Amino acid sequence: MPNMKRENNIAQTAAEFNGFSKETIAKFNEIKNHFPTGKEKSAIIRMLHLAQTEVGWLSTEAMDAVATFLNIQTIEVYEVATFYTMFHVNPVGKHVFEVCRTGPCMLVGSDQIIDYISEKLNIKVGETTADGEFTLKTVECLGACGYAPVLQCKYKFHENLTKDKVDELIEAYRSGIIEN
Amino acid sequence: MKNRKLLLENVHIPGIETYDVYRKNGGYRSVEKALKSLTPDEVVEEVKKSGLRGRGGAGFPTGMKWSFLAKPEGIPRYLVCNADESEPGTFKDRYLMEKIPHLLVEGMITASYALGANTSYIYIRGEFMYILHILEKAIAEAYDNGFLGKNILGKGYDLDLFVVPGGGAYICGEETALLESLEGKRGNPRIKPPFPAVKGLWGAPTVVNNVETIAAVVPIVNDGGEAYAAIGIGRSTGTKLISACGNLVKPGVYEIDLGLSVEEFIYGDDYCQGIKNNKKLKACVPGGSSVPILPHYLVTKTANGDDRLMSYESLAEGAFASGSMLGSGGFIVFDEDQCIVRNTWNFTRFYAHESCGQCSPCREGTGWMEKVLYRLETGNGNLRDIDLLAEINKKIEGNTICPLGDAAAWPVAAAIRHFRDEFEWHVSHKEEAIKRNYGLSKEPMLA
Ligand SMILES: Cc1cc2nc3c(=O)[nH]c(=O)nc-3n(C[C@H](O)[C@H](O)[C@H](O)COP(=O)(O)O)c2cc1C
Ligand code: SF4
Ligand code: FES
Repeated sequence: MPNMKRENNIAQTAAEFNGFSKETIAKFNEIKNHFPTGKEKSAIIRMLHLAQTEVGWLSTEAMDAVATFLNIQTIEVYEVATFYTMFHVNPVGKHVFEVCRTGPCMLVGSDQIIDYISEKLNIKVGETTADGEFTLKTVECLGACGYAPVLQCKYKFHENLTKDKVDELIEAYRSGIIEN
Repeated sequence: MKNRKLLLENVHIPGIETYDVYRKNGGYRSVEKALKSLTPDEVVEEVKKSGLRGRGGAGFPTGMKWSFLAKPEGIPRYLVCNADESEPGTFKDRYLMEKIPHLLVEGMITASYALGANTSYIYIRGEFMYILHILEKAIAEAYDNGFLGKNILGKGYDLDLFVVPGGGAYICGEETALLESLEGKRGNPRIKPPFPAVKGLWGAPTVVNNVETIAAVVPIVNDGGEAYAAIGIGRSTGTKLISACGNLVKPGVYEIDLGLSVEEFIYGDDYCQGIKNNKKLKACVPGGSSVPILPHYLVTKTANGDDRLMSYESLAEGAFASGSMLGSGGFIVFDEDQCIVRNTWNFTRFYAHESCGQCSPCREGTGWMEKVLYRLETGNGNLRDIDLLAEINKKIEGNTICPLGDAAAWPVAAAIRHFRDEFEWHVSHKEEAIKRNYGLSKEPMLA
């Protein structure tokens, strides 16, 4: 299993995990009902999305709580969480910029955008800024190739990126104008 | 040719994403017609007559697929909509679901009725979470208005419809991987047979169809299969959503009548309006990253000199030697400045990254090809590498559980077939290859 160790060197992720909020639990219960009795495990991916949204990443504690909730082995949750690229099983910054690097985006300059963000935030792909605000990741095709270059941050798409737009975006996220 | 719009006709009507506006504009008529005046088998019959072929990529006749669905007594059947849309170059389903979500919901109801499913699912890629919420809103409205739930329209038919997200994995677009994922597991494709029509979701008979396929059921039931079949050309009936991207003046989603000329699609005022910045066309991948690339001289004409048309048959004309495929309709256009080696490497990195890792030829082969292509792209390759790629290709092709292996292998073969000189140039002009790097990232990233 990829690096599941917890490095609590990033302020925001050091927060103790105390179980999920009432709203998240209510949502868990609702989603479970989308499936026939005995097939509730199908709810796992959506639960992991909700857990990640609430905690900021998928800590082992959060995954274990999902396992308890679904009454399945913890390994069943870990193996799913590590298969799907949207799940962060290591701590990440407050805002994760996931920039598409696939062909159609590359044709219209995604590599330059990735380099630009990297320079501007002074981090390499995969790293988090020292203040814990931003993580830069690259991802494969986001299904928005006609509006390339594209990045996604917490389910929000930011399309037709230019250097100016990147400047604005970073500013907007830093100052909280764009809420997560 | 005047194009008819069967799916996107109403997308520009303000409020069309709401039930009231959608309904006022003729929405949910197909459900009324099917439930009130057609038996399930008669709906299947209309779909057969329409000649509709799966819009997810393979182009398998939908009516035939539906008629293969096993119907053992006492076991539920499922309809699962494939909204995973992850094939590079493809973004049509997202457009449809975002703009006119009720069309998919309506199609799901009519199709579920035809198949005798009482629970159906839309599996959507996790990145489209905002669309999941749009769809859930539409579904809630359909329940409120008696189009979902128990005893729909008083006709004794029950249906529940749910949306389930993925978590970021291209392979979950493959139907059996999708079903695994829908069962809450890793997206590892299953060995076929058994096919989903016999053993699908939770071991029950299941039909998996693309978003656009299911949406097309609405006009087919409304106007009849024959009316649908009258549009298009030959065995490519009806309309098709094409998502155009790359170096175009006007990239975007277009609904075309199948049979439109490629020339008109790329250069026509109603479509992409030509290549951006007055550059020349270099190449085109007409059906998503998995289909063979066509060099400029084979894009608008076939090897025989006929006009190339946007249809399953015409795009495939010339087979592997000089043709490609309509695939998912992900139409990627390259201008004269683009580097085919770099693009081939990029796509191969995609497949290496997305291989689920179950079969060695795919897992190791895609990674190996990626390394070799990276070497070539960065000026460190030799001529032997080009043949090596062809050899790895042969080892992958046909030796894997699912078609991802082939999807990774074929584009490399096609790129070498048509652009061998460019690969050789990277070997003979190492310095320039490094310097050129097309002004792109200094350090290409490995998988
Ligand atoms: C690797 C791979 C990825 C696929 N991705 C998709 C996809 O994102 N969307 C889709 O509709 N079909 C996709 N397919 C095709 C599906 O397996 C299946 O054929 C399709 O959903 C059937 O629907 P249709 O008959 O309506 O086209 C993919 C196939 C493979 C092998
Ligand atoms: S071909 Fe590749 S993606 Fe498909 S099952 Fe094998 S390893 Fe997985
Ligand atoms: S290639 Fe970037 S969104 Fe599709």
